[in-house]
Amino acid sequence: MRFSEKIPGRVLLVIAFSALSALVLITVFIFVEGVPLIARVGVFNFIFGMKWAPSQGAFGIFPMIVGSLSVTLGAIILGVPIALCCAIFLTEFAPATVRNAIRPAIQLLAGIPSVVYGFWGLIFVVPLIRNYIGGPGLSILAGSIILAIMILPTIISISEVSLLALPPPYREGAFALGATQWQTIHGVLLPAARSGILAAVILGMGRAIGETMAVIMVLGNAVAMPSSILDPARTLTTNIGIEMAYAAGEHRQALFATGIVLLVMIMILNSVAQYALRRRQDER
Amino acid sequence: MLAVSVLLVTGSTLAGCSGETSWKTEVLTSMSVKINTVLPNNRLVHHNTKLRTERVSLYYGTFRALKDISLDIPEHAITAIIGPSGCGKSSFLRLFNRMNDLITRARVEGCVELDGVHIYEKSTDVVELRKRVGMVFQKPNPFPMSVFDNVSFGPRQHGRKSRGELGDIVEKSLKLAALWDEVKEKLDQSALALSGGQQQRLCIARVLAVEPEVILMDEPCSALDPVATLKIEDLMTNLAANYTIVIVTHNMQQAARVSDMAACFLMDPDRSGVLVEYGPTSQIFTNPKDKRTEDYITGRFG
Ligand SMILES: Nc1ncnc2c1ncn2[C@@H]1O[C@H](COP(=O)(O)OP(=O)(O)O)[C@@H](O)[C@H]1O
Ligand SMILES: [Mg+2]
Repeated sequence: MRFSEKIPGRVLLVIAFSALSALVLITVFIFVEGVPLIARVGVFNFIFGMKWAPSQGAFGIFPMIVGSLSVTLGAIILGVPIALCCAIFLTEFAPATVRNAIRPAIQLLAGIPSVVYGFWGLIFVVPLIRNYIGGPGLSILAGSIILAIMILPTIISISEVSLLALPPPYREGAFALGATQWQTIHGVLLPAARSGILAAVILGMGRAIGETMAVIMVLGNAVAMPSSILDPARTLTTNIGIEMAYAAGEHRQALFATGIVLLVMIMILNSVAQYALRRRQDER
Repeated sequence: MLAVSVLLVTGSTLAGCSGETSWKTEVLTSMSVKINTVLPNNRLVHHNTKLRTERVSLYYGTFRALKDISLDIPEHAITAIIGPSGCGKSSFLRLFNRMNDLITRARVEGCVELDGVHIYEKSTDVVELRKRVGMVFQKPNPFPMSVFDNVSFGPRQHGRKSRGELGDIVEKSLKLAALWDEVKEKLDQSALALSGGQQQRLCIARVLAVEPEVILMDEPCSALDPVATLKIEDLMTNLAANYTIVIVTHNMQQAARVSDMAACFLMDPDRSGVLVEYGPTSQIFTNPKDKRTEDYITGRFG
């Protein structure tokens, strides 16, 4: 009797641990493969090296770090204002019927495979930039636009939840003081929801940094250091995606080392987001 | 008759509700009407009517929460609204700053006046109205920001910008709310760290900072301990000299202690709220004219 009661708990425990062990396994594998190369090249030379030429034994990933950070930053600059407006509209202005129509549409946006985004970007956004703004079209700007759209669902839904979670008395209190609807949103609701919104932005950043397929298709993938947002660039993820098929030996290790850098960046972002979300709970 | 004199005085389209003048009021040469109040010390004082409802009904969808309420609330006095739960006291209070507007299904019929001007007109500026008619809620609801930012919120939104000016307003409001000495060292700390009683006085200070004429209070002490309650009552008594206060309370002793006028609401069999008796507090409590008032009050006193 007592033993049989424990079975479901035990089974779930084993399953939970197998999920966790997959994570550990992958992490260990990446580190075992990548760390020796970083040790040989040197952390500083690897991260801040300007030249990536595996055939000559040059493994500097700084242009790709710049590439990753600039498309991500671009996506945030373009995406966050739109996502915030969307979340504010959904929570504060939209009648229930409109809200119930828009919300599934946004969920659908999250469900579109990234290769479709990339393809659409290549066919539509890239020529637009080439013809109307300049440069080869395949560029940081193109990547930023695609990523901005891709991170919308994440940022919208988490910001929306944070705004909806605010106690109604905040709203009433502000209105009762003669604040207009916009003053209420701007002066009370957004500041009150700021840690949730911050977490939303950071999770969006994590998604943007990690995205590979869509970015490969629109970014041009040049290994050189980009000098403007109209230049092609390569990100950490696309570097792995492009070269893994033929990489061997040191080259392959260098790609795993690139993975380590990515992993660390994403871990930092996620911890900041967790911290922000926990702060939000403490504020209650 | 009343409407005509109002038009003459204001010379604009602002007007009270037309129609017969209630028997309680006498028309004066100015826009306002006067009623007599017997204060607890039995002094007869003339008060202008600050707020007035005439045959007001409030509907939530098809449910009629208030039925034909007519009431004149005197200026610079404390008027208590008493009655059992669910009889529409909060709904009634929210008529005066149009907070019911936030509820999409709510609909108001009849006439609600502030200084003789109908406030449910299309032309009514609700934001302006809420600056003149402040509200303190049942549960203290400071914003999750500093004490200073809470108190200065209203003035900031209404266009006062300089830190010095805001500082003066914050200090003055906190002093009026009898909170200054307790928080002057922690103006930059989160308001959420204050005690419940302090938070409620902060909310009162936040309202005072907007310099309203009327303060509506919806059971402001129901979430507070007795000591904090007494502080708020003292505060109300002091404010009554310059503000018109309307307080909803469940607490009969509190109504008896602080109010000049008392209105007793009850529920009709169809669950609509009705006004059964209104008059000077001393009379309502010692010599109620309506049997139902007496039953309610004595029931509560046990
Ligand atoms: N937002 C609302 N929507 C629908 N019905 C409401 C709403 N607020 C209050 N009511 C109803 O109106 C009646 C009066 O409520 P309320 O004014 O809160 O009474 P009181 O403050 O005297 O307890 C109650 O029957 C209540 O259920
Ligand atoms: Mg109530």
